[in-house]
Amino acid sequence: MIPLEYYLILGAILFALAVVGIFLNRKNLVVLLMAIELLLLAVNLNFVAFSHYLGDTAGQVFVFFILTVAAAESAIGLAILVVLFRSRQTINVEDLSSLKG
Amino acid sequence: MPAAPEIFVFSMACAILVIDLFLSDSRRVVSYALAQLTLIGAAVLTLNGFATTGSSAFEGMFIADPLADTLKLAIYGLAFFAFVYSRGYLRDRGMYRGEYFVLGLFGVVGMMVMVSAGHFLTLYLGLELLSLSLYAMVAFQRDSAQATEAAMKYFVLGAIASGMLLYGLSMLYGATGSLEIAAVRQAIAGLSSDDIILIFGLVFVIGGLAFKLGAAPFHMWVPDVYHGAPTAVTLYISSAPKVAAFALVMRLLIGGLEELSASWQPMLMIMAVLSMGIGNVLAIAQDNIKRMLAYSSISHMGFFLLGILSATPNGYGSAMFYVLVYAVMSLGAFGMVVLLSRAGFEAEKLEDFRGLNQRHPWLAFLMLLLMFSMAGVPPTAGFYAKLLVIQSIVRVDLVWLAVVAVLFAVIGAYYYLRVVKFMYFDDVRETAIVPDGARDMRVFLSVNALALLAVLPWVGTIVDLCSRAIQAIS
Repeated sequence: MIPLEYYLILGAILFALAVVGIFLNRKNLVVLLMAIELLLLAVNLNFVAFSHYLGDTAGQVFVFFILTVAAAESAIGLAILVVLFRSRQTINVEDLSSLKG
Repeated sequence: MPAAPEIFVFSMACAILVIDLFLSDSRRVVSYALAQLTLIGAAVLTLNGFATTGSSAFEGMFIADPLADTLKLAIYGLAFFAFVYSRGYLRDRGMYRGEYFVLGLFGVVGMMVMVSAGHFLTLYLGLELLSLSLYAMVAFQRDSAQATEAAMKYFVLGAIASGMLLYGLSMLYGATGSLEIAAVRQAIAGLSSDDIILIFGLVFVIGGLAFKLGAAPFHMWVPDVYHGAPTAVTLYISSAPKVAAFALVMRLLIGGLEELSASWQPMLMIMAVLSMGIGNVLAIAQDNIKRMLAYSSISHMGFFLLGILSATPNGYGSAMFYVLVYAVMSLGAFGMVVLLSRAGFEAEKLEDFRGLNQRHPWLAFLMLLLMFSMAGVPPTAGFYAKLLVIQSIVRVDLVWLAVVAVLFAVIGAYYYLRVVKFMYFDDVRETAIVPDGARDMRVFLSVNALALLAVLPWVGTIVDLCSRAIQAIS
């Protein structure tokens, strides 16, 4: 059986990749939305692994809710993206700099 | 019946969404009136079933206690005022649609669920319901490049915050084997306080909370969102959700993780000092009043954290008083910006306040009250709020922190008093402000600002109410 630590390390790597993806990505907002999805999936992996090793199904039920909320979240994210593209004709992250101070 | 107000507000929000479809633009006031009636109805339901002791429902997922009911009443009141202020603003700018009120009500439901959460799941769902409504509200002004940019920034940083909070919660789940906050608390009492998974989870939870509160060093989104969003939305974001964020801190940090207070106290201390410093110093450099108030909100969150980090019931009570007073002040200040603006002219610049006293002495006086209260000048409510949180940290022998807090409060007084100076001692400029807000808005704004002074004889009663609400959970 694969030990719990392996899952946690994988979860941590995915989480770190997502955070790096959000902060280093300076070109495309769609990639940013994908990184946010990856962030939530890393959390899901953690929950499922813990749930399995604790023998408690509550963690897996939690994952269902996170998945549902993530779907709603990306729907809103994409809607904002469309509105943004309409008003600026670009989805470049670097162009989002009119608010400063 | 437990959760009756939540069910009522949620059903009404769904009903208003459908009813609004069949209304012509000239009858839009029906959606507005229904939204306000919903809030009044929810207040009646909450008052009827006001909990005197703590009890739980739905397998411990939902908690009904005095803290939850008191905060819910505050949330209804703040949302009610926010809707009154925003109606004229939305109408003048072609945004007078039912969705604003529906999203506002969904946000209220999210806050109510958060306030009553007894389980990580309800906590998370309430938080997301609130956040998703707020993202959509910020993007409400679709043709404004500024508002959509603010919405995108808010969305991305808000999603990171949720992710961090969830990652922390998953670690806590792994360490304690439960998702129910009361059970987590019991499990932690049995664990050693330097359990590595537990501390790891705690750090992420605190990071997520700081993002949601808008405390430094996770404050980057606050100025951009407050500035970019339509003012009607800014005043909603800056009031009721702060009260809900207080509930989030109480439920998670105090209700669940109080045993670890030795670990989170230093983290909150750093956050509080940074927030007060960054907020107050950067606010001085702003020439836009919405941005200035955003930085002031960061510094207020720093003061609010002082009460929490004292880790005593007395401190929690004063933090609750602080956050309630702050929400009222912030609502009033943004309400004033809304009142002084008209279609095509946003009174966003500090310069726009020049000579306000010569044209509209009453409005200038109300703004003076709001600014004095934010700066913490006696005898306004803002002074007592600051006094109480500073007192609570002095009682746990953190005198150096109290000195730092007072110093930053003095620095902060500068930019609040600058607004007063513009209003009273400068001459009117060419682009003078002609407020055209409706009469109901003027009346409510006057009540809002005067409340900060009129509440004086009852400060003791309110503080008493806060500490009684806190007693139920600690």
